Amino acid sequence: MIFKRNGILIALVVALAVIPLMIPGLSDREEPFAGADGQAEGVIVQSHPGYKPWFEPFWEPPSGEIESMLFALQAALGAGVLAYYLGYRRARAKFQEKSPEHVSH
Amino acid sequence: MHIMEGYLPPAHAAAWTAVSLPFVVVSARKVVKIFREKPKAKLLLAACGAFVFVLSALKLPSVTGSCSHPTGTGLGAILFGAAVMPLLGAIVLLFQALLLAHGGLTTLGANVFSMAVAGPWVAYALFRLLRGTGRSLGFSTFLAATLGDLTTYVVTALQLAVAFPDPVSGFQGAAIKFLSVFAVTQIPLAVSEGLLTVLVVNLVLKYSRDELEETAILAGGVQ
Repeated sequence: MIFKRNGILIALVVALAVIPLMIPGLSDREEPFAGADGQAEGVIVQSHPGYKPWFEPFWEPPSGEIESMLFALQAALGAGVLAYYLGYRRARAKFQEKSPEHVSH
Repeated sequence: MHIMEGYLPPAHAAAWTAVSLPFVVVSARKVVKIFREKPKAKLLLAACGAFVFVLSALKLPSVTGSCSHPTGTGLGAILFGAAVMPLLGAIVLLFQALLLAHGGLTTLGANVFSMAVAGPWVAYALFRLLRGTGRSLGFSTFLAATLGDLTTYVVTALQLAVAFPDPVSGFQGAAIKFLSVFAVTQIPLAVSEGLLTVLVVNLVLKYSRDELEETAILAGGVQ
């Protein structure tokens, strides 16, 4: 069963991310791989040209670099906590396996 | 799925905030209850929140030639039930609204509803249904997380179609346009989310089976 093979799961996720980049033509578009959120804004502007956003963000990342830094920070925080959990549990499971007499709950 | 700041008319923004707020309040109570009654599950719950942090930061390319991101909310819904997700999702969306200008405060209610209420509930209900009808844990997890992710984007598209019906073709025409932006792009990403959720569930099962059994949090048991 493929769902039990973690290596296959990872390979499939990587393939799903890489395949779109290899599809001919997609990268040559005017705005290749633009964000869907921004495209939705385009649909609104097109059908309701008079609409003005009535509220502005208090703060916006001043550049694309700062924005990508903050996204990286968000991913790093999440990955850090997740890896801490899995590493902690893995070590604990290993320790219990080796010395069952020390198991305590 | 982030509706941008100011992009929902005030009445819509207020209505979605009113709809989502009770879910977040109930969710906060549920999380406090888990912390008090099942202290051993604290770390796993934090890991579920962390999964949402990682996945919603990953903008992935899709076959439509645009980019979007998974949500990561299926994992927590499957392990703890959908009721814990509104709080976790609201924290992530608030982080992104304040620091990244992604989404916004006026659209927070609508975004919480799509990402942290609708998606997790579909994932949870589907997971229970599939497990109840004897499907394997891996398959149930995959389908639940995938369709939960997709639900979030369908809901976002419908929220926008209600707020911005097409002048000619009305709600239906607008729904088709927004769905083609959000839902079609999302299909391969939703599959990625399903696969990654199975991966984490596999690892959790491998290393903390006792924890899942003790706390009985995995809906329908671990078998």
